[in-house]
Amino acid sequence: MTGMLEVGLAHYLTVAAILFTLGIFGIFVNRKNVIIILMSIELMLLAVNINLVAFSTQLGDLVGQVFALFVLTVAAAEAAIGLAIIVVYFRNRGSIEVEDINVMKG
Amino acid sequence: MAAVPALMPVLAEMLLAVAGMALLLFGVFRGDRATRLIAWLTVAVFGAAFLAVVGPASAPGAALEGLFVVDRFAVFMKTLVLIGAALTLIMSLGYIRRENMERFEFPVLMLFATLGMLMMISANDLIALYMGLELQSLALYVVAAFRRDSLRSTEAGLKYFVLGALASGMLLYGCSLVYGFTGTTRFEVLADLFGPGGAGVSTGVVVGMVFIAAGLAFKVSAVPFHMWTPDVYEGAPTPVAAFFSVAPKIAAVALLLRVMAQPFGDLVAQWQQIVVFISIASMLLGSFAALAQTNIKRLMAYSSIGHIGFALLGLAAGTTEGVRGVILYMAIYLAMNVGCWGCILAMRRQERMVEGIDDLAGLARTNPLMALAMGIFMFSMAGIPPLAGFFAKLYVFLAVIEAGMYTLAVIGVLSSVVAAVYYLRIVKIMYFDEEGDPFDSPVGGELTFIMAGSGLFVLLFFVYPTPLVRGAQAAAAALFP
Repeated sequence: MTGMLEVGLAHYLTVAAILFTLGIFGIFVNRKNVIIILMSIELMLLAVNINLVAFSTQLGDLVGQVFALFVLTVAAAEAAIGLAIIVVYFRNRGSIEVEDINVMKG
Repeated sequence: MAAVPALMPVLAEMLLAVAGMALLLFGVFRGDRATRLIAWLTVAVFGAAFLAVVGPASAPGAALEGLFVVDRFAVFMKTLVLIGAALTLIMSLGYIRRENMERFEFPVLMLFATLGMLMMISANDLIALYMGLELQSLALYVVAAFRRDSLRSTEAGLKYFVLGALASGMLLYGCSLVYGFTGTTRFEVLADLFGPGGAGVSTGVVVGMVFIAAGLAFKVSAVPFHMWTPDVYEGAPTPVAAFFSVAPKIAAVALLLRVMAQPFGDLVAQWQQIVVFISIASMLLGSFAALAQTNIKRLMAYSSIGHIGFALLGLAAGTTEGVRGVILYMAIYLAMNVGCWGCILAMRRQERMVEGIDDLAGLARTNPLMALAMGIFMFSMAGIPPLAGFFAKLYVFLAVIEAGMYTLAVIGVLSSVVAAVYYLRIVKIMYFDEEGDPFDSPVGGELTFIMAGSGLFVLLFFVYPTPLVRGAQAAAAALFP
């Protein structure tokens, strides 16, 4: 279709940057639930993956996609460990509200 | 038939990986009764890896398609990490038995974390860097929360996990930008691109480098990415905090040095300001925030933030002498810190750990030898000659002055004076305050050995510093080809 906007590298990078910023804000601004923090972390890693894959296509170089696969794998392991830590924390505290994580000041 | 790749440079890492999996299986079959045996086997594996690092795997060269590099720098830093990991594991044996956390995963997790550290130190590619860093971090998140029935320990694990994952995300975003704007993840190709006659530097690369530096600053717990440190040190089980304060920190400093000196070596003008800022902020915060602490583990956390600030002074100088200073600082920091944490682990009353600084009151009369050791470490950390800590600071400050950054040197000396206040306060509490109940004795053979050994090292370093200084010199020279 002529006249329609061509989706190029800059668009992918913008989306990734927005998602990444959302992820960071999700960690710092969120005052409710730790699970949301976990989702924000995931959002950051996925933003990185969009970056890597977009660059990889643009450069015609496979390394970026290999990197993205590694990031996916590590993200899965990270989510598993994060959830496990949240579960043991919940057993001790009985809550996973961000405001309740305050036994130690800081 | 395909040729067998040259795997000799990776010998130590392969040894650790295979031993880790074997010990994990062994633990599954034998259960938690075998924890002590597995811990000693892990120490033996660290010893074997140490021999491999200084012996057959020490020849400079690359392996694994160039993703993994061995040079004098890698060898030196790996020996420090292995010594730190082995000593802290030995220190933790008594603690995990008494505190009812004797589970066989503990030594195995420390082994995997150490494997990740060795991979980080030898990484020669952004992907390899990330994988090593994550292997280390994932194991450490679990170790921090290892006392799963303790609220403080799990809270420490949770905080460490959230902020650590944030740092990994920033580092990764930086990696993706650097890859996108240069088309490569290889360190040596990046160095060529930025060097004279290369393609030059675009804004995207600088932004990416700043993100990478931020992620690494988090891992070395430098200001302004230090917020996790005091909470994690206070909440995590004491031997775990001891481990955190030496091995991962040395590995992260090594990674920071390599990344800044090799791929981004020609971007000194861009990263120097960042490192100067981080260094000044860490020194000042480490000195002033520690003044108000009452918990010795929190105090050690701020002290370690301050030490990282002093060490990064050397990197801020951006010269070979500066990097030599950083390497030497980390070696001496290892000895001081291991000894000091040994003393903290010996602070027990009626089978319970005590963590208040006031609990040390009058230690000089109830346990003079331990007070002497602690006093030596405190004087050394304050940088009082002729103890080792003085030389650590001396070499860094010399490099900074040679680079003509006088303001930086003055700020460094002033904050080290402020830091001396709280180190000397501990000495005063031990020697001049009214004594409380004595600590449990005996403190245990392993702890005594470590306190005495590191105490003697710190005390007698000035007699024969040449081998260490020369090693650090060679290591720094390897980083600046």
